[in-house]
Amino acid sequence: MRLEPIEAPSPARRIVPPALAISATFLVAAALALVAGGNPFAVFGLILKGAFGSKFALLETLNSATPLIFTGLAIAVAFRAKLWNIGAEAQLYGGAVLTVVLGTGALGLPAYLILPLCGLAAMLAGALLLLGPALLKTRLGVDEVVTTLLFNFIFLLFISYLLEGPLKDPMGMGWPKSARLTPEARLPRIVEGLRLHWGFALALIAALLVWVINTRTTLGYEMRAVGQNAEAAGFAGIPVTRVILKTALLSGGLAGLAGFSEVSGLKGALTLDLSPGFGYTGIVVAMLALLHPLGVVLAALFVAAIFVGADSMSRAVGVPSYIADIMLASALLFMVLAILLTKFRLRRD
Amino acid sequence: MTTKPEAQVVLRLQGITKRFGPVTANEDVSFDLHRGEVIALLGENGAGKTTLMNILFGQYTADAGAVELFGQPLPPGAPRAALDAGVGMVHQHFTLADNLTVWENIVLGVDHLSALSLKPRQVKSRIRTLSERFHLKVDPNAKVGRLTVGERQRVEILKALYRDAKILILDEPTAVLTPQEAEALFATLKEAIATGLSVIFISHKLHEVMAISHRVLVLRHGRLVAERNTETTNREELAALMVGAEVSAPSITPAAPGAPLLELRQVSTPDHGAAPGLKSLNLTLAAGQITGLAGVSGNGQAALSDLLSGLVSPATGEMALAGQKIKNWSARSAIAQGIARIPEDRHKTGTIADFDLTENAILETYASRFSRRGWMDWTRARAFTKDLIQTYDVRCPGPDIRIRLLSGGNMQKLILGRVLEEEPQIILANQPVRGLDIGAVNYVHGELTKARDRGAAVLLISEDLDEIMQLSDVIHVISEGRLSPAFARGSMRPDELGAWMAGHGFDAEAPNAA
Repeated sequence: MRLEPIEAPSPARRIVPPALAISATFLVAAALALVAGGNPFAVFGLILKGAFGSKFALLETLNSATPLIFTGLAIAVAFRAKLWNIGAEAQLYGGAVLTVVLGTGALGLPAYLILPLCGLAAMLAGALLLLGPALLKTRLGVDEVVTTLLFNFIFLLFISYLLEGPLKDPMGMGWPKSARLTPEARLPRIVEGLRLHWGFALALIAALLVWVINTRTTLGYEMRAVGQNAEAAGFAGIPVTRVILKTALLSGGLAGLAGFSEVSGLKGALTLDLSPGFGYTGIVVAMLALLHPLGVVLAALFVAAIFVGADSMSRAVGVPSYIADIMLASALLFMVLAILLTKFRLRRD
Repeated sequence: MTTKPEAQVVLRLQGITKRFGPVTANEDVSFDLHRGEVIALLGENGAGKTTLMNILFGQYTADAGAVELFGQPLPPGAPRAALDAGVGMVHQHFTLADNLTVWENIVLGVDHLSALSLKPRQVKSRIRTLSERFHLKVDPNAKVGRLTVGERQRVEILKALYRDAKILILDEPTAVLTPQEAEALFATLKEAIATGLSVIFISHKLHEVMAISHRVLVLRHGRLVAERNTETTNREELAALMVGAEVSAPSITPAAPGAPLLELRQVSTPDHGAAPGLKSLNLTLAAGQITGLAGVSGNGQAALSDLLSGLVSPATGEMALAGQKIKNWSARSAIAQGIARIPEDRHKTGTIADFDLTENAILETYASRFSRRGWMDWTRARAFTKDLIQTYDVRCPGPDIRIRLLSGGNMQKLILGRVLEEEPQIILANQPVRGLDIGAVNYVHGELTKARDRGAAVLLISEDLDEIMQLSDVIHVISEGRLSPAFARGSMRPDELGAWMAGHGFDAEAPNAA
């Protein structure tokens, strides 16, 4: 058996393997549901109902998808330029910290400036947090996978220190929690009375912007060229190092926005459990989306729906909500295989 | 050839057919190889020579047909079967481990290096016997990483002989050799066939084929189109058979050299791994002249090419363009200064495989010509690419297909269009026709000559001495980063250049007086 590259894949070959991947994911989940003593059809029905079945459920899914869209975009942008940013988690918290610093009323800024300032500062924080590893990569050849991944843990400990020290809420009854944002620093809800906040709209706009950057702008062209063949790009005079640094700023900035959106739109304060791994799940989202910015939106909705739906399903029947993690993991594995099958064919000798 | 092959058939290919999707790589290929015979397999790139050999070696399975070795059918798809039956192959790109010694490389794959039965002394003495008998001079204890390219090839041949190969396949063996080394290789082969070895010699160099083979098989588009006895054919006939038409090379008019456009004075660059940098190099490229750079691969051609491409700056010495000393040297400034660069590796350096033709065509000029305030002007870029496709006769379905689907020749035409479109004054052509068919070769050579005639300074870097001698108005030889004096067209015989290529003459002459 060997793999042979396919020079020009047909449309069917591009669609069928990913569709098979999704089906296989559900088969695996169905088997597990059986093992756990549930009827697979009932389980899927409940997941679907839990994710989309009511207005409340739908809005919950959209809210959950919001940070995943941001981190998914951050990863997609970086990976497309072959900058392996595994540090979206730290960049997210970086954005959240600056949102809290500027948004808790300590600085006495004019009210209309606070939200935009918080957003910009969050982007800046995320961008700078990735700029360091990117500089280490371009200057010294240090592997960014290692630096960005390990920095996540360091930065989380730093956050923990902040929440126990300088940023600790004096009214917080001793919990490691920041003070709450002032009302001017909160992202308003899209419709009054419903839980969905403007962060979701911002995420959609960001996805659209990244798509435009990729296809229409000079920077997008440069990023794609550097990602696909850095040697040819450098030979043609594309400033490879500068493009990588710009990519890092963009990617980190998007991850920082995730932190801003979560704190300002949803939680209102910074705690250590602000992100249950959005930075890592963003990698899954980006891979499922084949690094396409608009695909990121769909993939984030898919992932969010499974998590939200599984939560409510496990409350209704006894199947544990871990099934969501397994579905996500198998979706990723099958998708990676599917990508392989869109590019190669198996040939028996 | 003086020796006559014997009647015994050692290898028989029967009706070999191999398809890759819609592409037929081999169609109904049949031939016999006799004991003590040298067959030359002649054909352009893409004619199906390599596929045929890979089938013989079990790396591909033929869709139809059979291979017989010494009267026994060869099981398809079993790479060891051919090896065990006594077929040895010397690839174009050597398969040696640099950090091991010669003898270790030779036994590698036959025995385990740690095997208890392995007796290094016996192995070495056997290697010495073989190397004396076949004039393959090489020290069994030397580390392969320190050997010259010619010596490495000898190790590859010894490796095959050590395994008692009865059939030796040589894939373009002279591409990396000086003329003298090639002569020595031929002497070895003559020795070997006298002892009953059979050889398949893959090449597209006609004079070598005439010198070494008994029979010539010509492959075209995967089919065996002709079989000739070497004694009764000639180079012209073979060339015509190979391309399917009479070949007309572009005729070269005398050059009219003008002012120096690019000067290097005592330029040195650092070594790059095993490849030497430049050593106090003096070089002048004059307008209206093609300067040829001959040399065995890995002697500083890459360093010079990188320097002129803007990828590296001189460590010492200076570089002047049209009399102006150069500072802040980069790929982008090289392009801005009007240096057209045709890179050695069009797949890895010249193009981005999954970009479409448009995206590849504007790779060097997107910033200055197809971008405004950070936005790409794809409409203009596409129109520009359509023009290029037309002007440079790039055969393709259109500007929106990925460039990886193009043949090497069409890819090279697009690169030519990209760099020549603005009539550059200086042209760096590094191996511009490697791997191209004769039609594309003539096209590229024609374009370079045209550029010269309108007053451009052309530097042609090639490992093919024939190409250098045919095109160049003056020739330099590069060896270990040093440059020979300039030789005018026709002033040197190939063997004289070969001596320079082997590194002779530099000590007496240093520093070179260009």
